[in-house]
Amino acid sequence: MTSMDFLLLTKGPLFQIAIAIFALGMLVRLVEIFALGRPHNYAAARGGQLIPGLKTVYKRFNPDPGTFKRAPFDVIVGIIWHIGFVVALLLFIPHIELIKSMFGVTWPGLPNPVVDAVTAITLFALLATLIHRLTHPVKKFLSTPEDYLIWTVTFLPVLTGYLAYHRLINPYPLALGLHILAAEIFLIVLPFTKLTHIFTAFVARWYNGAIFGRKGVQS
Amino acid sequence: MADSSAPVPQTLGESLRKNGVSRRGFLKFCAATASMMALPPSMAPAIAAALEKARRPSVIWLSFQECTGCTESLTRSFSPTVENLILDVISLDYHHTLQAAAGDAAEHAREQAMHDNEGEYLVVVDGSLPGPNANPGYSTIAGFSNLQMLEETIAGAAAIVAVGTCAAFGGLPKADPNPSGAVAVTDIVKDKPVINVSGCPPVPMVITGVLAQYLTFGSLPELDEYNRPLAFFGQSIHDRCYRRPFYDKGLFAETFDDEGAKKGWCLYRLGCKGPMAYNACATMKWNGGTSWPIEAGHPCLGCSEPDFWDAGGFYKALSVPTGDPGDVLLAAGVAGAAIGVGAGILGRRNSAAAKASHEKVTADELEQKL
Repeated sequence: MTSMDFLLLTKGPLFQIAIAIFALGMLVRLVEIFALGRPHNYAAARGGQLIPGLKTVYKRFNPDPGTFKRAPFDVIVGIIWHIGFVVALLLFIPHIELIKSMFGVTWPGLPNPVVDAVTAITLFALLATLIHRLTHPVKKFLSTPEDYLIWTVTFLPVLTGYLAYHRLINPYPLALGLHILAAEIFLIVLPFTKLTHIFTAFVARWYNGAIFGRKGVQS
Repeated sequence: MADSSAPVPQTLGESLRKNGVSRRGFLKFCAATASMMALPPSMAPAIAAALEKARRPSVIWLSFQECTGCTESLTRSFSPTVENLILDVISLDYHHTLQAAAGDAAEHAREQAMHDNEGEYLVVVDGSLPGPNANPGYSTIAGFSNLQMLEETIAGAAAIVAVGTCAAFGGLPKADPNPSGAVAVTDIVKDKPVINVSGCPPVPMVITGVLAQYLTFGSLPELDEYNRPLAFFGQSIHDRCYRRPFYDKGLFAETFDDEGAKKGWCLYRLGCKGPMAYNACATMKWNGGTSWPIEAGHPCLGCSEPDFWDAGGFYKALSVPTGDPGDVLLAAGVAGAAIGVGAGILGRRNSAAAKASHEKVTADELEQKL
């Protein structure tokens, strides 16, 4: 197999398989949650649910002061790499072209050197989280194989993307193919691990805010 | 061609002088060739000396499933260039488009050249050929299938040069669904050195460069994973593109007539395959160094790469997947939603069943158990 065969495989059939598994798995997970529903609340409502729910979705981005005091590393490094990952994913021009081709929606991107710098910071932050996980006794004790798996599948697309952009693997079709393959593994693993939080975090936050809103209390 | 009426110059040096090429012009060509092949400038005199003495090698040019674009590219020049003369002074003994002979006489010229230069002649192949498992009737010459002619001709060849993407990788005939079962030369030739000079068509200077290398050193150039000479295919279009600074700055043309296109910004979003294409266009350019596709405002098609016809739309960005995942995505989504609803209903049932089968115990009953 030549590097070009590999690139065409990852861009064609493998991408179709990965996107199909991702869509199927993620919909199963989300639809199941919604279909389960919540028990009927017989108490009279003291307020609305929609707005307080949305408010909480936004408010939970602010770290709770207690958590920050106890674990500043987790809060700071966690925020840095999450933002970096999302910026690289959604604001890099080639990624925008991919989304445009699939869904027809588009938005402005960032200049490549900005995305490049953000990616480098993200890589360092992700490495720091792994080192912290391996050296912190409590974290190490709590970590399961799944935690290391999702760290790996998250790290690899960022790393291969950085290597492909800087053309550090030759020939380029191999570099790009490896990056696309890493992204496909991420998509396939996502619905079946705690990576589902990418979607469920917002559902959970909304429910949380909505429940408090109905009770007429702030959250 | 190889007519014997006039005394034929025996070496390249004699031939060049006869054709009025000055010593200065010849040395300039040698220096350019040295730099093209990434050799130190001190090699230029050595190249000149070797080329001066080089004997005219016999070249048999086989044209199979091709469009003659490669021959057009290689013979096209605006003034008698040194490249042209190099082509004149090689003994091009068989070439459908360029030879005067026809029919049996033409085939006889090929057999004669093979016989006279046994083990020393070069075979240039232009075009793909129906493979061993395909119907040979898709392309025949003088009653021979392409496969027969190739196997017969390469038997006594020193080396084979596959010119153009069709010969090198199968090209357009091999594009999906490949009706003629087309294969590349390297799919057939396993026991002889093959140099692929890909491109649709290839840059003319690249073929003369490869011939110059062969005449100078008597050996074949260093090749990449696709058997292409590294000196010409070692760097990507993207890395040598004069529009690269715009890519780095994030300035892209989005249509062919927007502000970006007028200002000469990067063509990535218009489908440029420059990042994955390895060729010499960006440095050597076309038509005597006049221009090249990207300079003319058109994205690179990546024509020097295998399967470029099937590597996604020419006007779709490199990052865009090749297939249309629309139907797959819809089917997966519908299936996922259905399974999700099923799982939800099952969960509710389990929950209701657990509630129904829940047995209540009183404090007295518990105390009795203790």
